[in-house]
Amino acid sequence: MKIVVCVKQIPDPASPYQLDPESYFVVRPNDQVLDDTDRYGVEVALQLADELGDDASVTLLSMSPGGSQQGIRQALAMGADGAILIEDETLRGADALTTSQVLAAAATRAEADLVIAGTESTDGYTGVVPQQVAELMGVPALTFARKVEHVDGKIRIERQTQAGYDVVEGALPAVLSVTSGVVEPRYPTFKGIMQAKSKPVETLTAADLGVTPDVRQKIVSVEAVEGRQAGDIIEDDGEGYLRIIEKLEEVKVV
Amino acid sequence: MKTWVFSTESDGEAAGSALEGLTKAREFGGELGAILVGAGSDAALAQLGSHGATTVLHAAEDNSSAVIAAGIALAVEAEQPDLLIFGTGNLDRDVAGRLSARLGKPVLANAVDVTVEGDTLRVANEILGGSTLVVTEFAGGSPAIVITRPKVFAAEPSGQSAPVVTAMETPELGHADAVETLSQHAEVSEGPDLEAANIVVSGGRGMGDEARFGVLGELAGLLGGAVGATRAVVDAGWVPYSLQVGQTGKTVKPDLYVACGISGAMQHLVGMKDSTTIISINKDAEAPIFGVSDLGIVGDVHTVVPALVEALKARG
Repeated sequence: MKIVVCVKQIPDPASPYQLDPESYFVVRPNDQVLDDTDRYGVEVALQLADELGDDASVTLLSMSPGGSQQGIRQALAMGADGAILIEDETLRGADALTTSQVLAAAATRAEADLVIAGTESTDGYTGVVPQQVAELMGVPALTFARKVEHVDGKIRIERQTQAGYDVVEGALPAVLSVTSGVVEPRYPTFKGIMQAKSKPVETLTAADLGVTPDVRQKIVSVEAVEGRQAGDIIEDDGEGYLRIIEKLEEVKVV
Repeated sequence: MKTWVFSTESDGEAAGSALEGLTKAREFGGELGAILVGAGSDAALAQLGSHGATTVLHAAEDNSSAVIAAGIALAVEAEQPDLLIFGTGNLDRDVAGRLSARLGKPVLANAVDVTVEGDTLRVANEILGGSTLVVTEFAGGSPAIVITRPKVFAAEPSGQSAPVVTAMETPELGHADAVETLSQHAEVSEGPDLEAANIVVSGGRGMGDEARFGVLGELAGLLGGAVGATRAVVDAGWVPYSLQVGQTGKTVKPDLYVACGISGAMQHLVGMKDSTTIISINKDAEAPIFGVSDLGIVGDVHTVVPALVEALKARG
């Protein structure tokens, strides 16, 4: 089984994001990191591959207009076999649908049996890419999975719902989106980090995949929102709870 | 202008997001319809009608998202709506995503406003934890597909009569439809409804573990509020998903929000920053939650919260 895991490199969430003043695109520094939510998809893929044995492979798939591969190496160090990177300046600022067209074409080209993704990225969070990829590939989508099993050649999941969960099963090939509660992602070992440096990374362009980026939306303005002001921030001296009670009295809760 | 608003149905009720979307879309004038996926009860249809839908395209909920998207695509081709509005629910996102790919039209998500000016449709969304407002214009032709944030528009009935219901065509899709729901399970959480509560006591990873998170139930009980949680806490399995506040969970706007052991990640802030009063307790003075708090206690939740609980009990 060929498992393809969609991963995204994003600016380090620990530092504030910047928007380019002219294009309004997120400024993407050269040292982007692996989106933390993607580690869950990688882990699910590695566990499925372990269960399936030698016939299974795990390939990372990522669209990254810039040249940095740091985030991809992080995911390779977890144990993926290789990666496909679509590096193309014409994809800078691509919308979710263009991204999905690129990912679907690359996954189809790689003859993926199972495409795994997080439910949404941390930086853009449109939250529709897995579904778009499934539609473009003409395959079922198993989404919002909090538990994943491989049963008799099918994928069975617990799908998160407002009321609880549904047990849903789908035939392969399929797209699977996982929540960040699904598994505990492994940390790369030293050996994994060393091996990641020599793993195969194939680079492609949008044209290689027959995708022409289309402009279907245009940012017309970006402005700062008048945020709420922080009030009293005090160090607890053992009587912090009394300040809370005062506040509760002030807003007439007690 | 022709607008369609997507709704799921649960226990005979249309989705809150759909009633909000319909109310907003009445501003645009023109034709207003709904798409309902569910049992199609009279009560749900009446709700959609009273909020402005004159037509409803109905499909049963045992159809896969692929079939529903294909069915909507057929109706779009025949009826040429200008705008399709979805909520943030899981089925909303599944159908909006598939439909977007099927039609070759973009989705603009996390909308906090939608404006129509002649033929131009614009969507406003907040990024970077709500600190920045981005306005984006659709430039790819009709229909525009929008996913709105919960509770950004008020739902108000307009007193219209029952809508005309049409059954959705559900085409045969072959492999794309090879998915089946085997069983459904409810995970009931006790206490008042999170979304309707006037007071919410919420906890994050800083509460330590599932057992120590329990004190928040006691605090919520004393204040007459509901318990909420961050995604990390739900992912860790301490509480069910129905208690999650934030980007991928519920959006709450209570009179009082008490944040315990919550650092305030962007994804959490978008779900609670519009609460009237916010009190937070966190050991890290640099935690972003303090930036939106009316009162912030820099301290250990494991001493501050129990002391608060004891003091409230003593008051009776």
